[in-house]
Amino acid sequence: MSETGAKPWDHAPILLVEHLTMRFGGLTAVDDASFSVGGNDITALIGPNGAGKTTVFNCITGFYKPTEGMLTLNGSDGTPFYLERLTDHEINAHARVARTFQNIRLFPGMTVLENLMVAQHNVLSRASGFSFGAILGLGQFARAEHDALDFAKSWLDRIGLLSRADDAAGGLPYGDQRRLEIARAMCTRPRLLCLDEPAAGLNARESEALSALLKSIRDEDDTAIFLIEHDMGVVMRISDHVIVLDYGKKIADGTPDEVRSDPHVIAAYLGVSDEDAAALEGGP
Amino acid sequence: MAYFLQQLINGVTLGSIYGLIAIGYTMVYGIIGMINFAHGDIFMVGAFIALIAFLALTAIGVTAIPLALLLVLIIAIGLTAVWGWTVERVAYRPLRESFRLAPLITAIGMSIVLQNFIQIAQGARVKPLQPVVTGGYELFQQGSFTVIVSNIQILIVVTTVLVMTGFWLLISRTALGRSQRACEQDRLMAALSGVDVDRTISLTFVLGAGLAAVAGLLYLLYYGVIDFFIGFVVGIKAFTAAVFGGIGSIPGAMLGGLIIGLIETFWSAYFSIEYKDVAAFSMLAIVLIFFPTGLLGRPEVEKV
Repeated sequence: MSETGAKPWDHAPILLVEHLTMRFGGLTAVDDASFSVGGNDITALIGPNGAGKTTVFNCITGFYKPTEGMLTLNGSDGTPFYLERLTDHEINAHARVARTFQNIRLFPGMTVLENLMVAQHNVLSRASGFSFGAILGLGQFARAEHDALDFAKSWLDRIGLLSRADDAAGGLPYGDQRRLEIARAMCTRPRLLCLDEPAAGLNARESEALSALLKSIRDEDDTAIFLIEHDMGVVMRISDHVIVLDYGKKIADGTPDEVRSDPHVIAAYLGVSDEDAAALEGGP
Repeated sequence: MAYFLQQLINGVTLGSIYGLIAIGYTMVYGIIGMINFAHGDIFMVGAFIALIAFLALTAIGVTAIPLALLLVLIIAIGLTAVWGWTVERVAYRPLRESFRLAPLITAIGMSIVLQNFIQIAQGARVKPLQPVVTGGYELFQQGSFTVIVSNIQILIVVTTVLVMTGFWLLISRTALGRSQRACEQDRLMAALSGVDVDRTISLTFVLGAGLAAVAGLLYLLYYGVIDFFIGFVVGIKAFTAAVFGGIGSIPGAMLGGLIIGLIETFWSAYFSIEYKDVAAFSMLAIVLIFFPTGLLGRPEVEKV
């Protein structure tokens, strides 16, 4: 493990994971993992299948209560949120962490636009006096609704789906659904966006567009990105910081170049399949 | 022809009441996938609250009928909503993550509790209310038969249309409605999008109970007598209406209520009044053979 002093992401971390351990009966899915996620970075979590990557995500977003360890998210005004103590809804609404899943989970029966409006529920329901004002058509609610609509439309424009705003989300092509999921997560105004394999199933052109989108989120939206990804091309191209897990343990943590040449990582990937190792080595 | 028209008027009136209750069944099923068997009894509680409110208002001297009706409506909706909220909080929320049958059983338990509570607290005898809304219009006369539409029937249909329109706007236009539909489709994802799922489910029960209270008041005004047991039969009919229209579908519940009301009325008018329930339930069986998901229901999509 090549940890020489403090790295850039240690200075202003948005998420601090300390001694995270998750056991399911006799199985230790995550074993004493500690790392930090930088506030202005794209951080990638990689590792062979079954390394415990999704389990880490599930701990961060409140699906699992970690067996041991602490997950501290630094709020915008410096208040720490201890994620292991919050429910999934509070993690999104208060700590402002959003996530997507490996398989697409849009609200398929609602329109594309409505999917983005649901995600702004918190902003809206505060403004509307929890919807009862809405029936009376209060001005404040109308304004908030109008702002939310503008925000949703700006995101549709950004992902190129403005013309399909009123179509059912379930009817979109796969690649569009992926981007819509990211837009929906962004509509919750997150400070940390966790993406579980966003490039899975995308073709080369689509994953190029995805990379550009993720970079623009990092640079323009003041949102840190934490992603799990198997497409090493995407990982090496966009990440500022790569963390490698194998059998639940952290085996490497550094810049893409450091990680690429780390012997532990090469061994872990070679031990799984030649193909993954080749991809790791062959990344641009 | 005149007789038919009269039965149509009667059927629509009855169907309106069923429709209001059916929405409560269908919304709860849509959002948490359970049949709230206590909903019929929430309707009954709503009718009792309306009756008590009437008597109390008369006692303190509020005798102007439109004002009294409005006050009773507000009181009944408010207090019944509290009952609906409490039932969910006490009997269903603790079992949210339990196996599917558990909340169904507590629902039946809750239904028995409510019936017995009202039976003990209010007595088992039927409670009459003096006719509050009287009079009506003679539409036309055919032979010796006069088609009458009474003021109470107009009141019931108009109230139902207004309440359902407001409710429909709430579901389709507001943040609450959107989050409710989101919870219906994917509760976990809704939570991760910042929707407070527990509060949304509570509000669903509150809304359902509010509509049931409106139905309770209208039932009380229409029939003039209530007892602690009305929730059972009317509740089962409304549940049938919800299934008929496609459970989980709100327009389906409205349509189902109307159709069940019409079937019951026409069967009583043209065949035999004793078999009206048999007719309604047989029609349900027939519809389910040809439309297994009900008239407006969508096929259940298994979530993976």
